[in-house]
Amino acid sequence: MNEVTGNEIIHQYLRHNKKFPHVLCAGCGHGIVLGSLIRSVHSLDIPKDDVVIVAGIGCSGRLAVYVDFNTIHTTHGRALTFATGIKMSNPKLKVICIMGDGDALSIGGNHLIHAARRNIGVTALILNNNIYGMTGGQSSPATPSGSTSMTAPFGQLEESFDTVSLGQGAGANYVARGTVFHVQKLERLMCEAITKPGFNMLEVLTPCHTQYGRKNKFKGPVDMYKWLKKTAVPVERYQEMKEEQRGDRIPIGVFTDKGNPGLEERYFGLKKELLAKQQAAEGK
Amino acid sequence: MARRKKKQEIFALGNEAVVEGALIAGCTFYGGYPITPSSEIMEIMASRLPAHEDGVFVQMEDEIASMGAVIGASLAGRKAMTATSGPGFSLMQEHLGYACMAEAPCVLVNVMRGGPSTGLPTSPAQGDVLQARWGTHGDHPIIVLSAADVQECLEMTIKAFNMAEKYRTPVILLIDEITAHTREKIELPNPGDYEIHSRVVPSMPPEWYKPYEETVRGVPPMPPIGSGYRFHVTGLTHDRNGYPTSRPDEVDELMQRMHRKIDQFFYDIQLTEETTCDDADVVVVAYGSVARSAEFAVQQARESGVKAGLLKLQTLFPYPRRAMEKLLAHARTLVVPEMNMGQISREVKRVNMGRASVRTINRVDGQIITPSEILKVIMQG
Repeated sequence: MNEVTGNEIIHQYLRHNKKFPHVLCAGCGHGIVLGSLIRSVHSLDIPKDDVVIVAGIGCSGRLAVYVDFNTIHTTHGRALTFATGIKMSNPKLKVICIMGDGDALSIGGNHLIHAARRNIGVTALILNNNIYGMTGGQSSPATPSGSTSMTAPFGQLEESFDTVSLGQGAGANYVARGTVFHVQKLERLMCEAITKPGFNMLEVLTPCHTQYGRKNKFKGPVDMYKWLKKTAVPVERYQEMKEEQRGDRIPIGVFTDKGNPGLEERYFGLKKELLAKQQAAEGK
Repeated sequence: MARRKKKQEIFALGNEAVVEGALIAGCTFYGGYPITPSSEIMEIMASRLPAHEDGVFVQMEDEIASMGAVIGASLAGRKAMTATSGPGFSLMQEHLGYACMAEAPCVLVNVMRGGPSTGLPTSPAQGDVLQARWGTHGDHPIIVLSAADVQECLEMTIKAFNMAEKYRTPVILLIDEITAHTREKIELPNPGDYEIHSRVVPSMPPEWYKPYEETVRGVPPMPPIGSGYRFHVTGLTHDRNGYPTSRPDEVDELMQRMHRKIDQFFYDIQLTEETTCDDADVVVVAYGSVARSAEFAVQQARESGVKAGLLKLQTLFPYPRRAMEKLLAHARTLVVPEMNMGQISREVKRVNMGRASVRTINRVDGQIITPSEILKVIMQG
């Protein structure tokens, strides 16, 4: 796929009656995630009418409005609750949640673990930029310990969440992590996260230079992408590495892939059984 | 004359009647979280909906999530509801506002118990009346209904769904613990006894469709998600296309339309019932289980020669102003008994504007207001 056709694909999926420019800063990784999402949906050949984008609040929440799918911009942290209602109401729809790290892990932490436990057939994209970007750079649960933010001017004391372990612990069906630097890998992971049954969680590391990088000794957005390139290692290689080699390297790739049927599948299976029983009873 | 089919009679709890009403109204989605004294609604839904042709039941992780799932289901084209009580109602306020803004029809039943906070989980109160009206932030229109007995629980639930669908708005049904846990005989309506309304879906081609267009009724048509009409739904102030906007003219248009769609249909929304009001000097204005005590008190007062009447409020908000205005032509005294420190009495006083004298009876000890308490105040004139 060359660059020109890539853009052409993206233009097919953008809303032409939406007032641009978008809200994202130059150098933001969110646009790359949205581009990957569009290319994934395109390559999977899913009709636009069947795709529902449910977004939370924050910079990531604004992504929904630009794309020509069924889009819902919900409340802070609650995207998964809306998604649960939609998926249970109409299991034919491909429901994709776009959430930020503050969105999914802080205010929406409860919804995230329960959506994972419930195994509702929804794709959860967690765009982790380590900070609350839209509100001006306050610490999020993904802000690394020791880094600086508007609400941790003397350094973050708290530890950050490991999104992948959280998802695994909560019982998610599919857990993966990618970065906006490794775009082709990201697209592969996204395609899997969209097509696999049950609750699929994909964390995407996406840099926020405006709010995080500036305060944490990154000279520019390019530095942050270089940092991603340097830090991320495929999970297969990470597992072979010795403890001292690992340091602050971040594994990317697929961590869990159970392939269990989603809640909606089991629910409508149960309904079928119950209705058959009723019919049999009436027949007698 | 065609013989009318005898209605089926059942012996039911108020909470059971809510479920019957919801299913008659076409409810096919319930998302909820258990809380006393509303739990029976959820339990019965959990056994009825999975065995129903098209029903969906989900138990969510909390009340915030319940309301989120309900709105999601509503956007996907279903008639959806949840039920809760005080503490859960507080948690639902966030998404109640979203439902107002996104104009997602849904029904929320709040079985009121004593508060504030955890309060009196198994005792009645009517303390959530103003919260139902003003609980979620921002200027918003909302419809709040109430039910006084078990039969009314069924009827008002049907009406709540009808109004939600007609006006694309969340509707709150307030009942109190007494009504919810009273078991009495009710009649199940025959099919066709009630008019059942469903939301208007667009008939124009998708490319012409504007999800939040200004219409005469103020209620734009609403397609289910996935039906070919792709649009944006947001809690942000939006333009006719549903896209976020902060342009004053577009913001004003949205806010005005949202209020107008409820205000202009007052004759359909503002429901009251009058008992011997025509010549009444003393009118009791009551709602919920207290209205039953009041009815008995009014009857006793009439027997002792006092011209008393009862105005039972079935709609609490928008406040049925016109029904009260009519009575103020002859009423000298208004008696407002409530199981709170005085919430609807504020509305009564607002409409009264000093014309009649307003006597309030307030009880906040988790006990019902008895007919004799009301009768005493009526007799004092």
